[in-house]
Amino acid sequence: MNPAVNESDSILNQYSFEVEGGNFNAAGTVSTRIKSLLKQNGLSDDVVRKSAIVSYEAEINIVSYARKGTINLIVTSHAVVIEVVDEGPGIPNIELAMEQGYSTANQQIREMGFGAGMGLHNIKSYSDKFDISSEVDKGTFLKMIIARNNSKKD
Amino acid sequence: MKLREVKEILDANIIVGEEKLDMEVSTAFGADLMSDVLAFAKAGSLLLTGLTNPQVVKTAASRNIAAIILVRGKEPSSEAIDMAKELKIPILTTKYILFETSGILYSKGIVGCLKKVESDFYK
Repeated sequence: MNPAVNESDSILNQYSFEVEGGNFNAAGTVSTRIKSLLKQNGLSDDVVRKSAIVSYEAEINIVSYARKGTINLIVTSHAVVIEVVDEGPGIPNIELAMEQGYSTANQQIREMGFGAGMGLHNIKSYSDKFDISSEVDKGTFLKMIIARNNSKKD
Repeated sequence: MKLREVKEILDANIIVGEEKLDMEVSTAFGADLMSDVLAFAKAGSLLLTGLTNPQVVKTAASRNIAAIILVRGKEPSSEAIDMAKELKIPILTTKYILFETSGILYSKGIVGCLKKVESDFYK
């Protein structure tokens, strides 16, 4: 984690998107929008790529498990911050959910090519800072920070 | 290699993206798991997969995949075709299995978009 990334960075742009649980046809729409907005904001290919990956997985999780959710995208001077709040069943054991290969996905999710227990792992891998909290029967909160100082090409 | 040559050597049909057959490609990634496509596929690569739903097209678009090649004789769903037209991603279909498709492409100079995953990826 780059120490330059912190909560007090000046916010350049922020956006908010609603995601409908169970709407598999629309899954991926918000992360596609996030990707194009970040390009418009002039972020590097590497930051756009990481942001697209983490937001895609998070969106798939909302569609797959929650009733509904909100994805907030915040572009600061040093980072892209993606916050995900859902209303859903929550995660009883976060440590277990974070393990690669662990999944509670149903057949429909698996047929789409997801639900193999890689989602949260990918989110963590491609975030420079990742926080997760959850309350059973209420919902789950994710916060991903992707530092802007990496200019590696896609 | 041009996408047109990929189509020829794989004895493939082009379902979407006839106008993009002159596109140059040099790398590929093969998987049926979209989380792995998100994690590992590189922009501008071919995606070899046996999944045929529209989510494959959206995932490919998210990773800037050059073209999707459906292996094992799979045909795309009508929703996937519509999505591919909208997102302007070519879809080809081949009867070769994934292993053969990969081997044929590799023998003609197409390489993996990465060789190995980083040793600390699953840590």
